[in-house]
Formats: sequence, C-alpha cells, structure tokens
Amino acid sequence: MLSDFFLDSSVLSGSVLNRFLLSDYEIAALLLSLKVSSIAVIASLPLGILCAWLLARVEFPGKAIFDSILHLPLVLPPVVVGYLLLISMGRKGFIGQWLFDWFGISFSFSWRGAALASAIVSFPLMVRAIRQSFETVDIRLEQAARTLGSSRWRVFLTITLPLTSPGIVSGMIIAFARSLGEFGSTITFVSNIPGETRTIPLAMYSFIETPGAEYEAMRLCIISIIIALASLLASQWLTQKALQRTASAC
Amino acid sequence: MLSINIEKRLGQLQLKVDTQLPLQGITAVFGRSGAGKTSLVNLLGGLSTPDKGEIRLGDKLLYQQGKVNLPPEKRNIGYVFQEARLFPHYSVKGNLNYGVRQDNPVLFNKVVQLLGIEKLLSRYPITLSGGEKQRVAIGRALLTSPDMLLMDEPLASLDLPRKRELLPYLQTLSQELALPIMYVSHSLDEILQLADYMLVLHQGNVIAQGALSEVWNSEQMRPWVPMQELSSLLSAKVADRHPDYPMTRLVMDDGNHLWVSGHLAATEKKLKVRIQANHVSVCTEIPRGSSIRNLLKGEIKEVYTSDNGEQVQLKIALGRDELWANITPWACHELQLTQGKAIYAQIKGVTMTQMDIAESH
Repeated sequence: MLSDFFLDSSVLSGSVLNRFLLSDYEIAALLLSLKVSSIAVIASLPLGILCAWLLARVEFPGKAIFDSILHLPLVLPPVVVGYLLLISMGRKGFIGQWLFDWFGISFSFSWRGAALASAIVSFPLMVRAIRQSFETVDIRLEQAARTLGSSRWRVFLTITLPLTSPGIVSGMIIAFARSLGEFGSTITFVSNIPGETRTIPLAMYSFIETPGAEYEAMRLCIISIIIALASLLASQWLTQKALQRTASAC
Repeated sequence: MLSINIEKRLGQLQLKVDTQLPLQGITAVFGRSGAGKTSLVNLLGGLSTPDKGEIRLGDKLLYQQGKVNLPPEKRNIGYVFQEARLFPHYSVKGNLNYGVRQDNPVLFNKVVQLLGIEKLLSRYPITLSGGEKQRVAIGRALLTSPDMLLMDEPLASLDLPRKRELLPYLQTLSQELALPIMYVSHSLDEILQLADYMLVLHQGNVIAQGALSEVWNSEQMRPWVPMQELSSLLSAKVADRHPDYPMTRLVMDDGNHLWVSGHLAATEKKLKVRIQANHVSVCTEIPRGSSIRNLLKGEIKEVYTSDNGEQVQLKIALGRDELWANITPWACHELQLTQGKAIYAQIKGVTMTQMDIAESH
C-alpha cells in the first residue's frame, strides 16, 4: 500500500521535482531511498517498541545477552550484516527458501531486501531512543491508573505509550536517517540494481566509480546532507519537547 | 467491615495485621515513618501482595493466599497518593474522567463543586498549584465511585497554607459522600480534625485501635508520642459565649465547664477538644486570685514517671473522660499525688485554639 503510494507518486512528483532541477536519475534514487527507509522504519516499529519496553521494564534471565545482540548491528561491519542476510534470507538461504516456498516472498535482489537490511542496521538506534523514553515514564503514574480501574493493557495504551510518543517519533527519525545512509549491507545483500536497489548512497558509489562523474556525485552528496540534517534537527526538536513533557510529570 | 489478616515481610520489617475496621467515616492509620502504614494501604489497594493471609472488603474477597488476588483495577478502591500523580498529558477534566466507567453528570458536578475545581477543568496539571493538584487527584479517585478510599498522607507534600486550604475539603468529603476512608498520617493535628476511628501501627504491628478519643487517651499511645506532645481528647458541647470577652464556654459530659479562646459557631454536634498535657497543672484545693479560667474537678487514676525521671504523667478521670497532665516529680511528692486522690485540674484558656477543636461526626 505504502509502496504503491511511492510507485504511483513517482510519476506525479517526478514532474514536481524536475522543477527543482533534479534529473530523472536522481529522482529515482531519491524516491527509492525514501521508500526503502520509510518501510524499513514502519515495519520494524512494533518490534522496536516491544524490545525497548522489554529492556526498560522487564527483568529476565539473559537480558544482558539480549541487549548485546540487539546492539550488534551497530558495531558489526555492515558488510558482515549483508553477508549474514545473504546466507540466511537469500533465495537459497535457510530462512529465505522457506519464506519463498510457503509465502512466495523473496528478498534477494529486490527493494524489499534493501528495506530489510536498512531495518536491521537502524534497529538498535530506534530501540535505544524508545527505551530511554520508556525509562523516563513515571511508574507511579501507571500505578495510579491501575487504581482508577484500568487494566495493564489500557494503562499501556493511555498512559505509557502517549508519554513515550516523543521518544518513539525521535527514534523513528533517527532510524530513518540511518536507513537513508545504509550502504554496506545493502550492496552486499541485494547488489546495486538501478530502479530496484540503487538508493542514493549506492547511486553515489556508482558515480564515484565512473570516471568524469564528479559533478553528479557531488549533487547526490548535497542531497544526502540536506536530508540527514533535516532529520537530525527534527529529532533534536522532538527530544526537547519530550524532556519538557517529562519534567511536568508529577 | 474491612477484615484484614495478613503478613508481609518488608526488608527488616515484618508487617502483621489482624484486624477488623468499620466501613464508615474516616479511619486514621497512625504511626512513625517506617511503621508500615504505606505498606498496609498498598496491600489493600492491590499495589503489593501479602505473603499470606486474607483481605475482605464487606463480602468481597480481595485476597486469599494462593487462591484470590484481585488486581488493583478490580478492587474498586480509590487511592489518593502523597503526590497527586496527575497524568500530564490529560487536562484536569481528562484526569477526572479517566476512571469513570459510566457517565454520571450529577456525581461529576457534585464532586467538582465539593472540591472547588470548577474553574480548573480545562487546565493542564503543570499549571496547577500543589493544593489544586491534590484536589483534582481526590476528585479523580472519587469519580470512580469506589467502595472505599485510601489516602496516603495526602497533605504531607504540601506547605502549611496549602494544608489549611485542603483540610476543610477533606472534612466535608467524609460527611457529604457516605464513603469509608482510610487515612494514613503521622500528624496528630490532621487526625484530630478528620478521623473518627484510629489504628496505631508500630513496627508492623497494630498496637491500638478504636474510636478516636479512646485510642488517643489510651496508655498504648503514651509511649509513641513524644512527652512534650502528649495530649488528651475531651468531648464537649458549645454552651454559650462570654458576654464581654471573645471566649466560648463548652460543657463536658460530667458537667465541668471549659472556656476556650475565640467565638465558636453554635452547633448541636459534639466537639473534640485537644488539651496538651503540658498545659495542664494540678492543685489540691481551689486556688484564689488565679488567672487560670478552667478548673476541672477530677480524680487521679494513674501516676507514671517518665523513663528519665524528669516528669510525672498523671491520668485524671473527669467523669467518663480522661485528661493527661505533665508535672514535675517534685510537685508530685509535695502534693502527695497518688491514685484515687481528688484534685482540681487547671487549664489556661488561651492554650486551646481553633486548631485544637474539631467536630465529631
């Protein structure tokens, strides 16, 4: 559905973006980047909230190991993540083959694989932001809500989640920005296919490899900087708002 | 009846309560900090679980070891915490309605009016003063139509003016809404103004419980109150005002008169009058030329010497009421004060102020 939106809108917004002096090639890479990153963030959000909540609120055996594994994509070389994806989620991979046989879903050499790689690499960043936000929510407010007749689930939906929402939004933005920049694991897992997996960083890489295309590489470089900067500013602004909110909690 | 029979280990403290409390009026739970007061109400509210035992509210079983443990949301017990714990992302109105299951505009208006929070409804918690927050928190708990209300030192986090502001609301609350309230406090001032019934906790055990004046004057209370703060509660009715001076005359059950400072409003209700033991002196015959206005005829019931030997506490019987007096051992020997001796207790009229007088309910 969301992917349809991006596919349909590429025709429409192509003419709009042309006016901003972007070439068709740049527009294709930009829209693909936005599509891959948005889907990576939205699809991983529910799991991200669950993991963040587990880490912030639940004590369980093996929590330290769970926490470390979750952070692994942050410290592993992206090429390692890409390679692991290739052997597990590829058409011949032990999970990928099973998914293809049963559901007809394939990740290899498609934008879906790029989204999966982005989601995994940006996941720790998202979880960290949401977890911090969960930790600032006053448990005493949740207790008060329980005494007012709310079940655990209703307390989560009406008290915990709304008070965490600024952290969730800022986690989503950071993950989105990280996804936009994803390169190593993407090119390892799904290769560099124009229109399918060639996002902005991959397009830039192609230009750098092509002699005499420094100008095109620089244009993409500037586009990247603008998007990243906007994301960081938005994230900072939202974190500020979250702090103000928790300061007022009593 | 609220029947509690539970045990709970809390670090060094073993909380062991086996008691039955009336489900009407305000029951004060008194004790020093660390006596287990908050832990007890947390167990009642379902915020923590006993190690063993049973809790029963009326005929509703709240907890039975290994069988029943209703979660807080199923107990229908309101809880007002020391801090207001308002939800910052809801307006005052949203906070008030958070626990409402069935819209009841009549109750809503009544509670809002009772607590004087009509003008705050559209505001957010961050803009409220401490006293206003606590009033909203009380309203929020009341609007869930609880079977019982727990209040854990609701005034403790407020400064003195805010306390004075909130106290009258609490007084009308218990009278207007027929709702049993369990009120945790370590302030005897608050308990005097509010409570009808009292339970004293010490190191996790109930050491006294009963009607307020009974417990107040009982020997069990004496060791737990600093000597300087030992006091008695007398019950009396307003008789009349002094024609010339701003004083009111009260009549006690045994016919003794008590002059107190200020003009009290005429009321048919009985009053509780607190008299500090330090403000009571004793003489064996009617003195002449004294400034003291109150001379109560009584009989010495008990004589206690304090642990350090510096003071003697006399328990004086005045009809059915009892009065504590703090005197020196020297005076005690010289006047040969012993059990059964008839004496006159003297109380300075200026020592009894509005803070020492409360209506019984």
